[in-house]
Amino acid sequence: MSRLEILKTYKIYIGGKFPRTESGRFYTAKNSNGEALANVCLSSRKDFRDAEVAARAAFGDWSSRAAFNRGQILYRIAEMLEGRKAQFMDEVIKQGSSKAAAEAEVALSVDRLIYYAGWCDKFQQLFSAVNPVASSHFNFSVPEPTGVVSIIAPQSTSLIGLVSVIAPVIAGGNTCVVLGSFEKPLCAVTFAEVLNSSDVPGGVVNILTGDPSELAVYFADHMDVNAMVYCEKNAGTQKLIKEKSALNMKRVVIYSDTNWLSEDAQSPYLIQNTQEIKTTWHPVENIGGAKAGY
Amino acid sequence: MAEKTMSLPSFIEPVRIDQVGIEERAARFTKRSIKNETKMNGLLLALNMIDLTTLEGKDTEGKVKQLCYKAAHLHDSYPGLPTVAAVCVYPAMVATAKKAVQGTGIKVASVSTAFPSGQAPRNIKISDTKFAVAHGADEIDMVISRGKFLEGEYNFVFDEIAAVKEACGEARLKVILETGELVTYDKVRRASDIAMYAGADFIKTSTGKINPAATMPVTLVMLQAIRDFYYKTGKMIGMKPAGGISKSKLALHYLVMLNETLGEDWMNNQWFRFGASSLANDVLMQIMKAKTGVYQGKDYFSLD
Repeated sequence: MSRLEILKTYKIYIGGKFPRTESGRFYTAKNSNGEALANVCLSSRKDFRDAEVAARAAFGDWSSRAAFNRGQILYRIAEMLEGRKAQFMDEVIKQGSSKAAAEAEVALSVDRLIYYAGWCDKFQQLFSAVNPVASSHFNFSVPEPTGVVSIIAPQSTSLIGLVSVIAPVIAGGNTCVVLGSFEKPLCAVTFAEVLNSSDVPGGVVNILTGDPSELAVYFADHMDVNAMVYCEKNAGTQKLIKEKSALNMKRVVIYSDTNWLSEDAQSPYLIQNTQEIKTTWHPVENIGGAKAGY
Repeated sequence: MAEKTMSLPSFIEPVRIDQVGIEERAARFTKRSIKNETKMNGLLLALNMIDLTTLEGKDTEGKVKQLCYKAAHLHDSYPGLPTVAAVCVYPAMVATAKKAVQGTGIKVASVSTAFPSGQAPRNIKISDTKFAVAHGADEIDMVISRGKFLEGEYNFVFDEIAAVKEACGEARLKVILETGELVTYDKVRRASDIAMYAGADFIKTSTGKINPAATMPVTLVMLQAIRDFYYKTGKMIGMKPAGGISKSKLALHYLVMLNETLGEDWMNNQWFRFGASSLANDVLMQIMKAKTGVYQGKDYFSLD
């Protein structure tokens, strides 16, 4: 008996829920032969605004959790992704990869999440310092999450680029709004389903699909976003992002030459890129005329 | 003498409220499209209708002074903004607030009558009110005795409001029904009628200490009570929804509801107020968004 095919509705992910874009717009994602794969939300400025509000609301809880707990949750995302490997491979293949390449991409995505899960409670030691000062103070610097980060994910891949930019941002205690690949949007939405079943609190990661050339300006000029990550070579967009980010002195992180499939694409320095260093001066008792120890 | 007094309706058999109808009607007001200049004018009007409120046990003179400064200087980087309508404080803070808003045109409102529970003897409620008025309160926000009301002691509630009104002297009296404790729309309507016939200048939904506070359907029931009262007596009564209105979009919905229920005569801070502490910043952020074209962050607006 033949069965009607049940097609998935690809929706966006805001505040732990899967709404359609408020604009009602969509576009058709196609494979390299020009065949339609799915209708996908063409997100608008307002979707970004709503997602930012959700990310801001989630920041307090997420940033104040124990770093170890964030590590556990990142590990959980990896576990869930591992269990849905076949679905992701299927989508990656549909969007133009060979079977071997798809398998490698999905496996690497799982491994990358595990990698950052491990770093969650370790990068702080690496980037902290006790500083030498010429007074009776204990002076130390520690990294702290910068806040809400807007991310335009690498456009050339569907999954690995997305995972590679989200993981270091949330590992460091930030929350984010991410725009997935425009040409290959399927995995971004399916990855949201993975996040949704991984103990990641709603709003920590918000995923939109849509056109970066339309949305980049809003990702950059929102006054309540603290940092922005951009991963393309487009010089005009880079300039626009830098200009608009100056409005509230957003931290701008640009990865335009990274091969996300390589080992070099993962590093604790990617976590550090969306951290702020806080330096504290703590008075110490000057015993017996002793000088400062550092 | 009896000829001159207003004829009272029976509070035992009040107007019945159609719950489904009220809720659907209230939901309709949220569907109006308000954009551009209309939105900007609405936002400025909403800002000018706010009773900026601090009603906490931890209030200090410093906190009240800061609130008063904020009331007069909402966002100085945008010149020409209106001020809020009033600051709303506890009686003990009235003198501080009165001094702090001197010369700004901002009114001082004081809660009284053993706010928020209202569980105190009448002589204490009267002296609470007189204390606030003596220290310069322009407006008094009293609470009704909900316990007595729910027991059916409508005369007690009526007399108490009338007695507080007398103690107010020149000050305008806002009567807080605490609709969250009245539960049904029928009771909200009945309490509104009692308050207006007993001499309220304003009726107000909530103390802000009970959930649910102001909702659109409850406010609509009260606006309709005001309308019916106006048709019967020719006397205008003000309306103040309070508590839970913290987003400018919601404030605009309330203004739509006000305009479509009572009309333009009520569209000013003489007859309509928002009791809120965080609404002002959200409205300011929307106004700045309209001015700059960029979504705003709360880091760039003063806290109180």
